[in-house]
Amino acid sequence: MALDKDVELLSKNNVLVTAFEKIWNWGRARSFWALNYGCNCCPIELMAAGAARFDMARYGYEVIRAVPRQADLLTIAGPITVKMKPVVERVWAQMPEPKWVLAMGNCAISGGPFRDGYSVLPGTDSILKVDVYVPGCPVRPEALFHGLLELKRKVEEGQY
Amino acid sequence: MESLFINLSQAFTAWLMSLGLSAGWADALLLAVQWTCIVAIVTLNITILIWLERRVSSFFQERLGPNRVGPLGCFQTVADALKLLTKEDIVPSAADKLIFKTAPALFIIVAVMLYAVIPMGDGMQVVDLNVGLFYFISIGSLSTICLFMAGWGSNNKWSLMGALRAVAQMITYEIPLAFSLLGIVMITGSLRLSEIVEAQSGVWFIILQPVAFLVYFIAATAELNRGPFDMPEAEQELTGGAYTEYTGMRWALFFLAEYTNLVAVSALMSTVFLGGWQGPWLPSWIWIIIKTYLVMMVFFWVKWTFPRIRMDQLMSFSWKFLIPVSLGNILFTGAGIYFCKWMGWC
Repeated sequence: MALDKDVELLSKNNVLVTAFEKIWNWGRARSFWALNYGCNCCPIELMAAGAARFDMARYGYEVIRAVPRQADLLTIAGPITVKMKPVVERVWAQMPEPKWVLAMGNCAISGGPFRDGYSVLPGTDSILKVDVYVPGCPVRPEALFHGLLELKRKVEEGQY
Repeated sequence: MESLFINLSQAFTAWLMSLGLSAGWADALLLAVQWTCIVAIVTLNITILIWLERRVSSFFQERLGPNRVGPLGCFQTVADALKLLTKEDIVPSAADKLIFKTAPALFIIVAVMLYAVIPMGDGMQVVDLNVGLFYFISIGSLSTICLFMAGWGSNNKWSLMGALRAVAQMITYEIPLAFSLLGIVMITGSLRLSEIVEAQSGVWFIILQPVAFLVYFIAATAELNRGPFDMPEAEQELTGGAYTEYTGMRWALFFLAEYTNLVAVSALMSTVFLGGWQGPWLPSWIWIIIKTYLVMMVFFWVKWTFPRIRMDQLMSFSWKFLIPVSLGNILFTGAGIYFCKWMGWC
């Protein structure tokens, strides 16, 4: 406990580091490069979000990397089956820090209609710490943007 | 305005001499300053260029593109760079550490070396080599080795496949690239880039050598790994090609080097085919910037218009079409020169 207090005091006085952290977070919050995991309907909405009518690129989030090594945000847009669980865990481990998870759609949040199935995990948070939940079945692109902007706020405030 | 930078460099040298330095040392320091300027301008230019490409590609797809960060979204790349700087640096345990780490650095060094011979204005050239064109082609092909180092050092099957593709593609397209420039060398009788620019004071070489221009443009697109020839980095098939295992700033260095190469090749193209720094009214260094940006816009246009072609189509297109065409261009140019001499026109 005494140590915790010392750390708190130090980080309060350490103006330079916190200022730098603010600058880094400003950058991080404006460039989430996503790695997408999904099954069928939420990814279609993801495509719609990236395409002409909605255009995710306005916020600078349109860079979809095919490689976990260059991604910052793992978008889970579908139920995680028991068979896919080790793959998701491995991909998550391959992503460099700092990294975030966005659970998109009811299946990713809680397992949705497949919750009681023998082959489906009850939600992403049973294996990963989820930063933002975006409900919907499937999620509308506007809702996805709201989720991303909430994540942006969270990162800018340093709550991760 | 015309000789702004020349006067600046002369004033700098004169100031150094007044401090008591010998002429040789002053020149060496001037070179160092010139190189620093090149690196700084290249890096800053590329932050603008990436934002520009994202905007332009969005316009091609009827979108708006990044427009939230800063005015018109022009700080988007700054945010990306800040993020990439602070990402975790992962070196895979199975990778060949030394090769893995040196590959991106070498890639950017090679890319910056290209700028040594490009005339950026009237008399604004870091070194005016008498084999300038040859230097450019040979240094440009060195980037193959860096890509192969990245692919081999990563110890990853996708990386290795991407690297093998890169090597095959670059070696194949090196030949029509060099052949297409030979026609111009035959006309000017020189490999010195400043002489090539001066030879275009009457008529630009794009008019005398239209076929060579097209062949060079296609071969340069392949050489730069840009779409529709971006086989080495084919995301949909190879996940990320030679760069698969790179994170954060190491990956950003590759990206930076690719754009540096793009600017260098565009500058060379405007030097060799579009009259270089020559142009009316404006200062020469503004003309080369305008021409380079125009050529780059054409590169963007091509990339965001055509889908990626297959590997075997890529190879057969070069061996069966581009190389015969460029050889025919050399023959035609030679015949034309003899015809001109025979008629007494030149």
